[in-house]
Amino acid sequence: MIETHHSQPATSRGTTLRTEEMILNMGPQHPSTHGVLRLELVVDGEIVVDVIPHLGYLHRCFEKHAEQMSNYQQVVPYVDRMDYVSSMGNEFAYVVAAEKLLKIQVPERVDYIRVIMAELQRIASHQIAIGTYGIDIGAFTPFLFLFRDRERILDLFEEACGARLLYNYFWIGGLSHDLPPGWVEKAKAFCAYLKPNIVELNGLLTYNKIFIERTANVGVLPKDVAINYACSGPMLRASGVNWDLRRDDPYSVYDKIEWDVCVGRGEAGTVGDCWDRNIVRVHEMEQSLRIIEQALAMLPEGNVQAALPKRIMPVASEAYARTEAPRGELGFYIISDGTGSPYRIKARGPSFVNLSVITEISRGAMIADLVAILGSTDIVLGEVDR
Amino acid sequence: MTFQEISENLQKKFGDAVVLVKADAAVDPFIVVAAQSVCDIALHLREDAAMQFDYLMCLSGVDRKGTFEVVYHLASMTHKHKLVLKVSVPADRPEVPTVESVWKTANWHEREAYDLFGIIFTGHPDLRRILLPYDWEGYPLRKDYETPEFYNGMRVPY
Repeated sequence: MIETHHSQPATSRGTTLRTEEMILNMGPQHPSTHGVLRLELVVDGEIVVDVIPHLGYLHRCFEKHAEQMSNYQQVVPYVDRMDYVSSMGNEFAYVVAAEKLLKIQVPERVDYIRVIMAELQRIASHQIAIGTYGIDIGAFTPFLFLFRDRERILDLFEEACGARLLYNYFWIGGLSHDLPPGWVEKAKAFCAYLKPNIVELNGLLTYNKIFIERTANVGVLPKDVAINYACSGPMLRASGVNWDLRRDDPYSVYDKIEWDVCVGRGEAGTVGDCWDRNIVRVHEMEQSLRIIEQALAMLPEGNVQAALPKRIMPVASEAYARTEAPRGELGFYIISDGTGSPYRIKARGPSFVNLSVITEISRGAMIADLVAILGSTDIVLGEVDR
Repeated sequence: MTFQEISENLQKKFGDAVVLVKADAAVDPFIVVAAQSVCDIALHLREDAAMQFDYLMCLSGVDRKGTFEVVYHLASMTHKHKLVLKVSVPADRPEVPTVESVWKTANWHEREAYDLFGIIFTGHPDLRRILLPYDWEGYPLRKDYETPEFYNGMRVPY
């Protein structure tokens, strides 16, 4: 008799059923990865034992390109394309770092317009984050509602600088255009328009029973782990860390504006779960509206190109500056060797760093929950891979 | 703590391992430390009650033509102060001990510096390429890097 390894089921001998771990590839083309990311899963049945992320599918050598530019200003269109749903936020971080290196003080009007644009961008970015997260979980309608509203923000951007998605609007020392006549009124009207829609969103998605069941107590990220992995933005705040660079390491004119930092409180489950990460984004949209309204009211007159340098030639030095982008801490480390082109630029993207914690919070989860966890981290692969 | 207090604290505790204190840098002041002590210094910076650098903002590799630098941008959430720490290693033996055990976030940053500069982080639990394909040859962010003509039969320069 030929004995094979399958000849007798293990259970018939009274022992437990032998199971085997299986390797499963999620991605690179998978709707919930929001781009091209491959997660190599080690699964035991439906339970995720380990997650090994493989990235780099969108790597475009941003840092190498930046070194080859003949001018610091030429880097701006490249940073637009890092986190492509939050281009204003990327430009903001880059120009803040470059202005720190060059010791340029921009006119107040520039600062206020930048804050308004960055906060509008935060809302637009969170609208994508929440909308696509709904789709990950199986709620399609909120996505359409959010995109309808986001379109209005893109219209405002288009009117200000001519582009809908990739703006090249923030220049080192100023802006490419001043606001067109009537823009301020339109922005105010938009704020009034959006407020009731956030309430509607909460009814549709945030407090929807199915949504809570899918996200509460899933992918809990404890406070100390979040800090040790240098998570930032909504991801960090959802874990109960009261930390926002706009308040704790202020830049531009954020110190003249009043708003509240939104922190996860474990309302639906545990502090730092997927639901908390989502609610922080919802509340941040409301707070951004507060910031925009104040900045619009305080907007001073002035020439937005008064401080544009004729020639950008920093002394040999280096600077690191960080800002609160929609996804968290976006920092640029710029080294100058005294010539007109950057010697080295390192981009510290929040998506890259926030993604690194995915293994830690996914072990032991179900495969279906992994989709919820990955969606809640709100990564943009253009920035992860640069 | 001010930059001066932090640098004095480090000099008192680690002596010669603190190679250079550049307080008069044009923008950000920085401290250069010996590569072999970087992990101990990192742990001290995180654990010391007066400093508590619990947050590694950024870790970057830099090619200084002849030497490689690894730059650590640290911040403390408790005390809200920041510090730039550097190590410098010769280009022919670019080895730096990992600080992954101090800040987990260093894991991916170090893999990136390895991937793009070829800096070896000794003791790193998983030192693999991260952004480039696993079979890529060379380290693109080195200043003397030359783009290969072909990669797996595909033309590289465009």
